[in-house]
Amino acid sequence: MEVAEETRGVTVLDVENLTIAYETRKGDVEAVRNASFQVREGETIGLVGESGCGKSTIAFGIVNFLGPNGKIVEGSIRFQGEELVGRSAGALKRIRGDRIAMVYQDPMQALNPSVRLGDQLAEVLTFHQQISRNDAWERSIRMLKRVNMPDPEDVMYRYPHQISGGQQQRIVIAMAMLNNPSLLIMDEPTTALDVTVEAAVLDLIEELKRDFKAASIFITHNLGVVARVSDQLCVMYAGQMVERGAVTDIFRSPHHPYTMGLLASVPRLGESKAESVLHPIRGRVPPPAERPMDECIFAPRCDYETEECRKALPDFVEVGTGHAARCIYAREITSRPHTTKKRSIVKELEPARSESPEGELLNFEDLKIYYPQESQSVVSLFGLGEKRFVKAVDDVSARLSKGRTLGVVGESGCGKSTLVKGIIGLEPVTSGDMEFLGIDIDRPVAEREVNLIKEMQMVFQNPDSTLNPSYSVGKQIARPIRRFKTVPKHQVKDEVVRLLKAVRLDEIYYDRLPRQLSGGEKQRVGIARALASRPDLIICDEPVSALDVSVQAAVINLLLEIQEIYGSSMIFIAHDLSVVRFFSDDIAVMYLGQIVEVGPAEAIYSPPYHPYTEALLSAVPIPDPDAEQKQIRLGGNVPSALNPPSGCRFHTRCPRRKEMLPDDGEICEKEVPPWRTTEHGHRIFCHIPIEKLETVEPVVHSSG
Amino acid sequence: MSFALNGVDVAVSEQEAVAPVKFRAGASFLRRVWEGISIIFASKTAMIGLVIVLFWVFVAVFAPFLTPYTPLEQDWKAPNQGPSARHILGTDELGRDLWSRLIHGARVVLVILPLSGDLWIPGGTAIWGVFAALIVGMTLGLVSGYYGGWLDEVVMRLLDAMMAVPIILLYLIIMAALGASAVNVVIAITIVGTPGIARLVRSLTLDIRTREYIRAAETRGENPWYIMFIEILPNARGPIIVDAMLRVGYAIFAMGTLGFLGLGLPPPSPDWGSMVAKGREFILAGSPWAALWPSVAIASLVVGLNLLADGMREESMRYQ
Repeated sequence: MEVAEETRGVTVLDVENLTIAYETRKGDVEAVRNASFQVREGETIGLVGESGCGKSTIAFGIVNFLGPNGKIVEGSIRFQGEELVGRSAGALKRIRGDRIAMVYQDPMQALNPSVRLGDQLAEVLTFHQQISRNDAWERSIRMLKRVNMPDPEDVMYRYPHQISGGQQQRIVIAMAMLNNPSLLIMDEPTTALDVTVEAAVLDLIEELKRDFKAASIFITHNLGVVARVSDQLCVMYAGQMVERGAVTDIFRSPHHPYTMGLLASVPRLGESKAESVLHPIRGRVPPPAERPMDECIFAPRCDYETEECRKALPDFVEVGTGHAARCIYAREITSRPHTTKKRSIVKELEPARSESPEGELLNFEDLKIYYPQESQSVVSLFGLGEKRFVKAVDDVSARLSKGRTLGVVGESGCGKSTLVKGIIGLEPVTSGDMEFLGIDIDRPVAEREVNLIKEMQMVFQNPDSTLNPSYSVGKQIARPIRRFKTVPKHQVKDEVVRLLKAVRLDEIYYDRLPRQLSGGEKQRVGIARALASRPDLIICDEPVSALDVSVQAAVINLLLEIQEIYGSSMIFIAHDLSVVRFFSDDIAVMYLGQIVEVGPAEAIYSPPYHPYTEALLSAVPIPDPDAEQKQIRLGGNVPSALNPPSGCRFHTRCPRRKEMLPDDGEICEKEVPPWRTTEHGHRIFCHIPIEKLETVEPVVHSSG
Repeated sequence: MSFALNGVDVAVSEQEAVAPVKFRAGASFLRRVWEGISIIFASKTAMIGLVIVLFWVFVAVFAPFLTPYTPLEQDWKAPNQGPSARHILGTDELGRDLWSRLIHGARVVLVILPLSGDLWIPGGTAIWGVFAALIVGMTLGLVSGYYGGWLDEVVMRLLDAMMAVPIILLYLIIMAALGASAVNVVIAITIVGTPGIARLVRSLTLDIRTREYIRAAETRGENPWYIMFIEILPNARGPIIVDAMLRVGYAIFAMGTLGFLGLGLPPPSPDWGSMVAKGREFILAGSPWAALWPSVAIASLVVGLNLLADGMREESMRYQ
């Protein structure tokens, strides 16, 4: 979508030299420095960058929601020719919600939980425009139809908690569009949503963009999402804009080292560890108080940094039509051979990986984990009520060989976390067989033997809660060493230092407390702690999903390296399909407590697909505006695990059964599907015969 | 298990360390203690509270050196006097020096716990009461919060039943049953304080037990007591410390009330509550001093502890 400068629409928002600071005890801290950009009618500008880069601050600055300690230090924000900086709160209030609308990350916080949705929607119209309540009600229903909300008349009478997260976000978008705003600001609108829901919401945003011609600002950290929805792109780093230009230009040929680094640190869908390598950006985003004023802000993390970079803050350098980067080497940087060198080093390590499975490590069959659901009725008090169960994991079987990685993917609530909790013994198993190294392990962890416990350790998701804030890093790593007596007592300290070095941390971290570490560093300590007992199996529960992309790459590389050196087997859970594909040898796709497809990673990502896998893959946002992706969207909501659908659990949402099976796929509603097997142990849990599934087109055609 | 509490094990094992690795042994522990204290200095409210509390602690500790009189010495010639050069706060109806009785009264509250006769142990009655309530309440709260289920139901319903009885009535019942003595006051404060502390610790535990470091400890197969006291408890310390300070205030208040009703320390020992009760009769006779000073003492100490607790709570919230 390359539009020449002249044909672009009227400028709606013109931000110039905007500097925003927050007052703190240590004086003013600048969160955004000298940001300038324009948004034109019908155009979406993407603001992308890692957390703490000032993206949201810009959005809040435009509508002056900076809070009591935030202030605009200098610069101007002109909205439809009017200056917004210095306006009174009352004047801004009239503009907000009427001509400027915002959509936030968490829809549950944007909607009032105790007011009916219809009243909330209608209020937007009656407050800003002089129209009657009945008219407002009618127009709200029309807008709900417009955002593809099923059953809009009914939804108007519901409360926010009665609809799903994706639908809530549709309501918030509908609310924002009701007054036909000239500017729509979206702050991470899809980050809290599952990937299939996210894809549907992004479709909607694209559709609305075409129809309403509103100018919009789209803030996200996700390169894939930004590639899908924006026309123009501003890359933010540490409060500064470092590169701006058309989306296609920036993704095809980034000219700022930071943008290049970001793109090199995310795996593309379908890439695997065998054929490519991720390049993390070293270091971390400097906190606002430590950002230099008179040199390139990215210099400490830059691979191309020279003396020149430290002399002055670089200006934007034009590298193409409307494409500029804040780097003194912007013009020549693309021709420098830098990344190729790193790649070859890793390639040398490659043959060390053993391709052949050495034997079975973990094997579980017909595993069931049910939670009893207490009925609230009086009858159940006396034990007479009907017993109901949440079938979190139902009849799941898989095996894992030594030295290999099993990836588990699925949307939230599919039971993937419960499954690993069952394996590690934190969740009692209802029935089924589980064997680890030939030993029966269906008992909870408290009843297992120490020698068994030490062979299975876990890496957790949230860096902020993975470490106990009361103890130093050294003590937390030493604890499992002492408990499992991995080394004699007097060597514990050396072992801790060795582990710290194994996760690329210096020994000065020994005495640090968790709050003195960054997210990536905490995650490394968590990995070191899991490694301390020298386990055979490491279970990683979304180990990188809470990290920034540049740090995420470093942690993935670390885990790969550890697997290389120690030969550990891993179970890797994630909702990001690109990351799972990159990391895993085998993959299991879960839906509503069941595995629907399992097999070698490369087989999962190409036809034949299970219809659910196909829908998941087509929903993944790809960080490449040129990639062509099939659009398969799932209707409806994920059914309740308390009362799962009969027959095939996916039949209520399956897009394929009607076209591929006789009688509109009636069999799917009645009978449990069979396992269909192709070569290499690739199995699909579906009624549709494998020959038909093989005729499906691949989901992604990548341009390169 | 030296993983636990402070920098001590780092210091010990450093001598044994084979490789010449440098560690700043114990430095982090001292730094953390200092950070805790510096919270008080950062808040004006907390500083005012600290000054008041420290004043009472100081006079209580050095009571024998701050007055020429003993609290029991009677001056028959000068009963019910106002402040003067000889008796800076005046005297009571038996001519006992009020200043001496006041600061010796503070001693019982804050510095010593008389056991029997001349036998006493350091740490005031209120302090011991709250400390014992903390131990019992923390254990019950941790167990209820961590295990949950029927155990939680049973413990919490029992504590609810205790909380349903008005506090002052509960004190009266306990003291009437046990008899008036300092040790029994400690027991009463413990019984009355336990339910509140248990509830607080339980709610903190319910939150903390969902953190991933607790999952990590469980995947290591740690003993539940280790998880409760070593992994969970230290992370609940902030609110517990603030709550304990408030509770020392309540305990002083309760001691005053019991003394006033004649259920506190047995006479003639200097007890603020019984001083007010005795002095009350002479207020209208023109000598309010004997009732005034202990009232002021109770009020200022309780207010001081409240200010300190509030200041610390506000300041620690701001840093989060």
